[in-house]
Amino acid sequence: MLKLEECKITNGGFSLAVNLNIERGKRVAVIGPSGAGKSTLIEAIAGFLPLAAGTIAWGADCLSNLEPGKRPVAMLFQDGNLFPHLTAAQNVALGLRPDLRLSTAQISQVDAALERVGLSDFSARKPAALSGGQQSRVALARVLVQGRDLLLLDEPFAALGPALKAEMLDLVSDLVRETGATLLMVSHDPADARRIADEVVLVVDGIAHPPQAVDALLDNPPPALRDYLG
Amino acid sequence: MAERAQPINARTGIGAALFVAALILGTLAAVALRAEEGRGLGSSDWAALRFTLTQAILSAVLSVGLAIPVARALARRRFAGRSALIALLGAPFILPVIVAILGLLHVFGRSGWISQALGFVGLPPLSIYGLHGVVLAHVFFNLPLATRLILQAWQEVPSEQYRLAAQLNAGPRAMFGLIELPLLKRVVPGALAIVFAICLTSFAVALTLGGGPRATTIELAIYQAFRFDFDLGRAAILSGLQLILTAGAALIALRFSRNHGLGAELDRVLRRWDGTGVGAQTFDVFWIGIAALFLLLPLSAIVLSGLIGLSTLPIEVFKAAGISVILALSSTIILLLMALPMSFAAAVGKRGIIEISGILGLAASPLVIGTGLFILIHPFANPTVLALPVTAIVNAVMALPFALRILVPRARQVVGQYGKLGLSLDMKGFPFVRHVLLLRMRAQIGFSAGLAAALSMGDLGVITLFADPDTATLPLQIYRLMGAYRMDAAASGALLLLVLSLGAFWVFDRGGRWHAEA
Repeated sequence: MLKLEECKITNGGFSLAVNLNIERGKRVAVIGPSGAGKSTLIEAIAGFLPLAAGTIAWGADCLSNLEPGKRPVAMLFQDGNLFPHLTAAQNVALGLRPDLRLSTAQISQVDAALERVGLSDFSARKPAALSGGQQSRVALARVLVQGRDLLLLDEPFAALGPALKAEMLDLVSDLVRETGATLLMVSHDPADARRIADEVVLVVDGIAHPPQAVDALLDNPPPALRDYLG
Repeated sequence: MAERAQPINARTGIGAALFVAALILGTLAAVALRAEEGRGLGSSDWAALRFTLTQAILSAVLSVGLAIPVARALARRRFAGRSALIALLGAPFILPVIVAILGLLHVFGRSGWISQALGFVGLPPLSIYGLHGVVLAHVFFNLPLATRLILQAWQEVPSEQYRLAAQLNAGPRAMFGLIELPLLKRVVPGALAIVFAICLTSFAVALTLGGGPRATTIELAIYQAFRFDFDLGRAAILSGLQLILTAGAALIALRFSRNHGLGAELDRVLRRWDGTGVGAQTFDVFWIGIAALFLLLPLSAIVLSGLIGLSTLPIEVFKAAGISVILALSSTIILLLMALPMSFAAAVGKRGIIEISGILGLAASPLVIGTGLFILIHPFANPTVLALPVTAIVNAVMALPFALRILVPRARQVVGQYGKLGLSLDMKGFPFVRHVLLLRMRAQIGFSAGLAAALSMGDLGVITLFADPDTATLPLQIYRLMGAYRMDAAASGALLLLVLSLGAFWVFDRGGRWHAEA
């Protein structure tokens, strides 16, 4: 279980209060108006923003003081998820060895991950020679080899067209089901939440509310969410 | 975790910055301790101070004053060769001073092209030595720099402003008041300050074209006190004076300067609707032509007369060239070892200490550091044995401020773009440097390495303090040939040096951009 206990996160002049639990294996959408603190929440869990108060724990492990790379977290950002000077295979390999010194077993692991996302033939290409959708698949292949318990998505598919975005969300959904990872994804679009999420964390007015079942919340939104959904 | 997590730590960079600060301040302290034994400033020292200030002010005013019409013409004209001319304006930065001086002698000297032409119509030849020669050489070097600085400001005017002015049917006078005067007010003080600061530390120009009681800069006076009188106390006092001057000028220049004229976006052509009158066109053609001739004639003179003597070049020249190549490579490696960690540290927020050592580097005079190192080394070893290592280090420190200006913005950008991704993949420290920073910064590293190699290759400064008659870098060898009135051999050596300097810059700069991805 991911536990955020009495957390306060400050980012510039902005402050976000969080007190919630997320069960292992759930798929959770984080929604709310722009500037409400969705990314702040995700970045604090990933370890990019320090906690001003409270603790973050994954099961029995306290994460609060761990560096980002030492947390059981894989994350995809809005952009810049691949290094443009490295090949697809190298970008995936970084998920196993940040210094790129792979064993034979790890090399086949990278190949298998690229095959899983349908890019076996593209392993030697650099990102510039891949389409937007293919780039997203490379990043997801890396998430796969990282094998972390938590997958955080900060709208990595926002620049894709609607059909491609739906395809990527379905792939994400399949991957987390296969690996048993817990998913937290920031989204602007309630349709994304309905598509793959079990629960929704609503972030509004500097507070991240505890998760609620998707359909229950979206079918009968509280006033703050209703204002946002319009 | 009080601070945001970062993919690299700043320790190595801070160490490098402290090394630079220790080198500059340590040599300064050595000089200061020695200066107490001296006896204050004599009348010739005051004369040197007056001459230094006079030539620097004249050079700054002339360079910037002439740069304004040239930059204006380049900003509003498009013509074949415009990009080439703008690239040529960047060349004096890496052009060895001794090469330019020989070129200027060929054109403006006593038996130069212009004097010969004057002879045909019965006029006396020009004399290039003294104040006007020093100023001429400084304008040769700094007119292009000032033009690039001012052109950059011109290019930064949003094209909407020209569109609006055209829409309002603004004539030349209105254009001047609306657009040109405000931008000149912004950029001219900085350009003046930069050229002034550069000319204060002029050594090689004064060494070759100045001299004598009426045309000696402080930097040259340090050299003379050192080399001819071996009066360390006097050299030390002059060094202190020089340091006060340059530190003040560097602070002023930094305050005014927003950019460094090294930018690559200068050949963008904005769409313009003004300046279509015959008068304006003639004016612009005149200024572009004058600037191009002023730059190209001395360079062509060196190439022409250098080619003639190339086959009879004495063997010492080739030996000196070999030494210069090794020196330039060593200096480039030293520079990168200092500048890269410093730029990484600056990128993760440790800006203060990095900026301080950058300012120190701008204010430091090679001759002062050289004097200090000589004083420090003298009790323990024969300084002439260490001439080349000392020169390599001093040259690297001199190139450091420029390298930092090129590297730091890019390092900051790369850490901003990929720092989080690296952290989330646990790519901290060396893996991040090796697989991300060095590869993403290749073009900037190549550019700075090219500058450092070319500057070191052409440097005629601290080596003159240390070298014994048997060792010489190529610039020093050329200077010695000039002193022996072997002008043809000197010209050929200068051609060789020109090729080596520009070649070193080209190889590194190209190498950095070779097969680089966007």
